[in-house]
Amino acid sequence: MTYLLIRKAAWAIATLAVASLFVFLTMEVVPGDAAQVMLGINATDEAVAALRERLGLDLPLWQRYLSWVGGMVQGDFGTSYIYSEPVSYLVADRITVSLPLAIIALVLSTAIAIPIGVWTASRRGSMLDTVVMGITQVGIAIPNFWFALLMVYVFAIGLQWLPAGGFPGWDAGVFPALKALAMPAIALALPQAAILARVTRSALLETMGQDYIRTARAKGLSRRATLWGHALRNALIPVLTIMGLQFAYLLAGTIIIENVFYLPGLGRLVFQAITQRDIIVVESVVMMLVATNIIINFIVDLLYAVVDPRLRKAPA
Amino acid sequence: MSVPETHRLPGFRESAFASRSFVIGLTVTLIICAMAAISFIWTPYDVTSLAIGDRLQKPSAAHWFGTDHFGRDIASMIMVGARNSIAVAVVAVVIGMGIGVPLGCWAASRGGLPDEALMRGNDVIFAFPALLSAVMISAVFGPGAINAIIAIGIFNIPVFARLSRGGALALWQRDFIAAARVSGKSSARITVEHIVPNIADILIVQATIALALGILQEAGLAYVGLGTQPPFPSWGRMLNEAQTMMSFAPHMAIAPGIAIVVTVLGLNLLGDGLRDALDPKLARLRS
Repeated sequence: MTYLLIRKAAWAIATLAVASLFVFLTMEVVPGDAAQVMLGINATDEAVAALRERLGLDLPLWQRYLSWVGGMVQGDFGTSYIYSEPVSYLVADRITVSLPLAIIALVLSTAIAIPIGVWTASRRGSMLDTVVMGITQVGIAIPNFWFALLMVYVFAIGLQWLPAGGFPGWDAGVFPALKALAMPAIALALPQAAILARVTRSALLETMGQDYIRTARAKGLSRRATLWGHALRNALIPVLTIMGLQFAYLLAGTIIIENVFYLPGLGRLVFQAITQRDIIVVESVVMMLVATNIIINFIVDLLYAVVDPRLRKAPA
Repeated sequence: MSVPETHRLPGFRESAFASRSFVIGLTVTLIICAMAAISFIWTPYDVTSLAIGDRLQKPSAAHWFGTDHFGRDIASMIMVGARNSIAVAVVAVVIGMGIGVPLGCWAASRGGLPDEALMRGNDVIFAFPALLSAVMISAVFGPGAINAIIAIGIFNIPVFARLSRGGALALWQRDFIAAARVSGKSSARITVEHIVPNIADILIVQATIALALGILQEAGLAYVGLGTQPPFPSWGRMLNEAQTMMSFAPHMAIAPGIAIVVTVLGLNLLGDGLRDALDPKLARLRS
C-alpha cells in the first residue's frame, strides 16, 4: 500500500510538472505583448519597456518559467494584469461560486444515477428498463447549455420561479444563492447523471453474472441484499472512475454553463482572462484546475484500493 | 480486450441489422449526412441573404422552423450547419486516429521505454480538462473552425492511442502473430497486416463515439463564440443567438438544439449497435 502510494504520488507530481510546461509554452505563443496590452496602443516604448521589466517579462524564458512555478509552489500565483489583484484573491472569490456548483451538480447526478442504475439493472430487459435506458441515451446527447436555455425559458421567463442568471453572492443569504445555482447545477448534472446511470447499470450487470453472486444467492441471501451488499460494491470501480472524471469535468465544464447564466465563477474568470490576454490568470487558474484533476485521479486510484483489497498489493 | 477472429464471418451484417440501435443510428446518421450533402446544391432559402422584413417569424409552411433575428430561414441554416458540425467532428477524429493509432501500435510493438513514455504522455493530456483546454487553444490561436478542429482533435489522440495500444498488446501475445514473426515479417509489417485489421472494429466503434463527442464539443465552443465564425451558420452559435432572443422568439432555440441531440443520439446508437454486432459476448451482457 505504501509502495503504491509513493509510486502514484511520484507520477502525479511528474505529470503536474510536464503539464505546467505545456501551459507555460502555450501561453508563450499568445500573440501580443502583455505590457503593450495593459498600457494600450498609445503607450510610449519606454513605458512598455519599464512595465516589461517590472513584470519580469524581459527575463529569459526558463527564468520566467521557474519563477512562475516556484511562486505557485509557495502559494504565490502572480498578479492579474487586468484586475491588478493577486490571482489567489480572484480565485478565492470565484471558487465560492464554482465549487458549490460543481459539488451540488455531482451530488445531484450521483443521487439520480446510482438508484436508476441499480433499479434498471435489477429489472433488466423489462419495459421500464428499456424506456429508462432510452431516456439516458437522449440525456447523453443533450448539450448542457441547450438544456439550460430550455430551463431558463420555462422556469425563469415563463413561471418566473428562478432567476435567469447572475449570482447575488452568499452574503445575500443561502437561499437566494442556492436559487441562483439551481438551474446551472441541474443543467450540469443531468447529462452526467445519464452517463453515470448507464455505467452503474452495465457494471452491475457484469458483477451480477459472477459466481460469487450466485453463491451469495445460494446461501440464502435475498436478491436485494445481494444487489446492494455484494454486487454494488464490486461494481463501484468503474462508477468511481467516472465520478472522478466527472468532478474534474464539472469544475472545468462550468466554463460554458457559467457563461449561460452569467455566474461570476472560475470558468468565467478563465474565459474572460483568455479574451483579455490576462496571461498570468489563465496560466495559474488552468494549472489549479489541472492540479485538481490530477489530485482527484490520485484519490480515485487510492479509493480503488479501499474498494478492492486485491489492488492494495499489486503495483498497478 | 481480446478480439474475436470470427467477426469477419458473414454473420456480422445479419447481427448488425438485427440490432435496433444499429438500424436507428445508421438511419439517423445517413439522414443528417444527406441533409448536409443536399445543402451544397439546394437549401429552401439562401442562408447568407438577410431579409429583415421576415425576421423572427414563427414556424410556418413557408419557414418550417421560423426565421431568426436577421430574417434567415432557420431550416436552411440547420442544413448548412450540419456540414459544419460533421466536418469539424470528422476531421478531429481523423487527427485523433491518424496520430493516436500509429503511436499506440508503435508503443505496443516496442514495449519498454517508448510504451511507458506514451502512456505517461497520455496521462498528461488527460490531466487537462478537455473543454477548458479547447477554450484555451481556440482563444490563443484565434477563434475559428480550424482551431476548434485542432483543439478537439488533440484530445482524441490519447483516446485512440490508449485503445489501439491495449488492443495491439493483447494481439501480440497470440499465436498467429508469433507465426508471422517466425516467418520473418518485421514489426511494422505485422502491425499493418495483422494488428490494425484486427483492432479495426474497436477503433470504428470508438470513432463513432468520438464523432458524437466532437459534435457536442464543437457546439459548445461555437456557443461561447470560439467555433465557426459568422456568417457561416453553426448549430452552437445559433443557440447563442437564440439566447438573447429567448423571451420573445423562443422558437429560435428549438431547431438547433434538436439537430444536435438527434445527430449525437444517432451516432451513439450507431456506435452501440456496431459494438454489439462486433462483439456478441458483450452484447449479451449489456442487453
